[in-house]
Amino acid sequence: MSDLILSGGIVLTTNGPEATDVRIREGLIAEIDPDLDGDERIECDGAWVGPGLVDLHVHLREPGQEWKEDIESGSRAAAAGGYTAVFAMPNTDPATDSGHVARFVANRGAEIGLVEMLPVGAITKGRAGKELAHLDELWAAGARVFSDDGDVVADAGLLRQAMDYLAARGGVISQHAVDVGLSSGGFMHEGSVSSLLGMYGIPSAADDVIIARDIRLVDMTGARYHVQHLSTATGVELIAAAKAKGLPVTAEVSPHHLAFEHTVVQTTDPVYKMMPPLRSEGDRDALRRGLEEGTIDVLGTDHAPHAAHEKEVPWEHAPNGVLGLEWAAAVVNTFTDLDQAAFYDRLSVAPARIGQLGGQGRLPAVGGPANLTVFDPTVDWTPSTTVSKSENSPYFGLALRGKVAATIYRGKVTARDGIPVS
Amino acid sequence: MNHFLTIEGLTADDLNGLLDDADEFVDVLRRPIPKVPALRGKTVASMFFEPSTRTKMSFEKAVKALSADTMSFSPGTSSLSKGESLKDTVLTVKAMGTDAMVVRHKATGAPWRIAEWIDQPVLNAGDGAHQHPTQALLDSLTIRQHFGKLEGLKIGIVGDIRHSRVARSNIQAFSALGAGVTMVAPRTLLPVDTEVFDAAASENLDDVLEDFDVVYVLRVQAERGGASVFPSLSEYTARYGITKERFARLKPEAIVLHPGPMNRGVEIEGAVADDPRALILDQVFNGVAVRMAILFRLLGGESNE
Repeated sequence: MSDLILSGGIVLTTNGPEATDVRIREGLIAEIDPDLDGDERIECDGAWVGPGLVDLHVHLREPGQEWKEDIESGSRAAAAGGYTAVFAMPNTDPATDSGHVARFVANRGAEIGLVEMLPVGAITKGRAGKELAHLDELWAAGARVFSDDGDVVADAGLLRQAMDYLAARGGVISQHAVDVGLSSGGFMHEGSVSSLLGMYGIPSAADDVIIARDIRLVDMTGARYHVQHLSTATGVELIAAAKAKGLPVTAEVSPHHLAFEHTVVQTTDPVYKMMPPLRSEGDRDALRRGLEEGTIDVLGTDHAPHAAHEKEVPWEHAPNGVLGLEWAAAVVNTFTDLDQAAFYDRLSVAPARIGQLGGQGRLPAVGGPANLTVFDPTVDWTPSTTVSKSENSPYFGLALRGKVAATIYRGKVTARDGIPVS
Repeated sequence: MNHFLTIEGLTADDLNGLLDDADEFVDVLRRPIPKVPALRGKTVASMFFEPSTRTKMSFEKAVKALSADTMSFSPGTSSLSKGESLKDTVLTVKAMGTDAMVVRHKATGAPWRIAEWIDQPVLNAGDGAHQHPTQALLDSLTIRQHFGKLEGLKIGIVGDIRHSRVARSNIQAFSALGAGVTMVAPRTLLPVDTEVFDAAASENLDDVLEDFDVVYVLRVQAERGGASVFPSLSEYTARYGITKERFARLKPEAIVLHPGPMNRGVEIEGAVADDPRALILDQVFNGVAVRMAILFRLLGGESNE
């Protein structure tokens, strides 16, 4: 295989951004120098070059719900969006609560080979919140992040057991933080828009009380704890306070919570329906600031495909979730003010660190793995298509700035200009 | 007007124009033969995905009084119970040859979805706790008939406002027409955010009762699970029921309205409901005229012989 040259980009090296070229050979970075020769070239024209993006939060629906998405179509969407590693949430059918299912997900991802596929293990059997899942089997199958995502681990006693069991070896508890009592029957953020629509709401406190409770358990157990899809301003404050105390707490925000707030729900268009719901303008602004300042460590797409017929129903009957993989980088660039180093930190370095991936999230360096994403932060575009099996994107028709120009996984180009290489 | 989905955004002129039309249909309904050939040949499908008696019958009477045909749909025995989607159901009914659909659905926004799927007028006959715009028109008409106008009147809406589509539509209509509206309920039955409504809010009926020209009594929706929103029906009645004693404290010219169905002895005492100043059956009569006015706006005109 001939060398691949990334030419004319701004490369985020360990010394900071440099206008230089990158030579990729046999899956590794062979050379970083201006004016490299080579036949196979990607002209970057001043675009950013940095480590491949890593997503701690995707739903690829396989096994069990392949009409929505599967590991192949999800891998293609990930590559198109600049991702070289994704963490597949365990709310499949069957749930990823045993070594067998985790190995299936990892192996299927490796077979497709477009992206590193990491299974997230369930915390409880069947994600039912009653007894611990096969945590040791899951660990042996490569799981380092554990979650009942889609559902909260509501029982504080059980969560404490999981934390105690995983704390010593550094497993990460990733929580879908929503109190069941406060959110019961709710379909959207509780506030002015829910009041106008007469719709049952989910107050911000539903998220906050679980985050506050869990931080207390982290203090007690010393376990690593990650809050998924933070949606409230108070949640950002709780995370900042926990970090100030030195607790091993990290947080994630989803692109849709950066792009939108609850007034779009006035359309009652289910394309905006997800959990946690789109909240107020003040919450959205606090999330943007939190990501910029680093209180929120990572962007996690919560890519959640649903078939057209499932979303073509009244709001209350529609399933929660929106697509995200293909537009997440552009959304972050459009709605927050991150420089190149901070952009790759939140979308690659930090998620790889939290997910304990050795070969990902490493700034380009000679001898390092060639997992790279070329992102042009200046391109204006409006998404209208997807490579996912589903089409529930809230970004169709929305003006975005910044586009993934190329994705390179283990030295091979997996996508160019949003089109996956099959 | 392509559809009639919500009161939100309608001006006083828009609303008075519709009420003026409705007044003409009131005259029609008082004729010996209460029927006009205005919509002959049109078919209006009555799609009540949530059980309804009065609104459904009222729409059907309005359609017939305009000489149009109705087709009706009942969810219990329909293909919906066999798993057919809402979209397929409405497309199927439309394919039989409809000109408009009247939609009642317990899910907020359902009539808007249906309006996206079919290229013909959709009339919202109530969605979730969101909107019930023809109810707001018939209530406004009843008040306007009695007082001549709504401007300057003080209207108290008492009861389960949080879960009431009637309250949301009425607050918007009454305030657009110049009335001052007060929502009266315990906090668990007020909207979480009262600021978004052009209305005051009070938790104490006895403090504000004597200001009102109109007391609009909402039904206690026992099916909402009363236990979690107020302690008991008797405690509700003690604080918010329109009893004979409270009725006696109203201004002498004040009127009482109720959208029905009533829970006598809970939110309204029987003797109050039967008093001549309770215009509850006038509301029902006006409902037919208002619905004729809307149907004529949406379907009248292009094919009149």
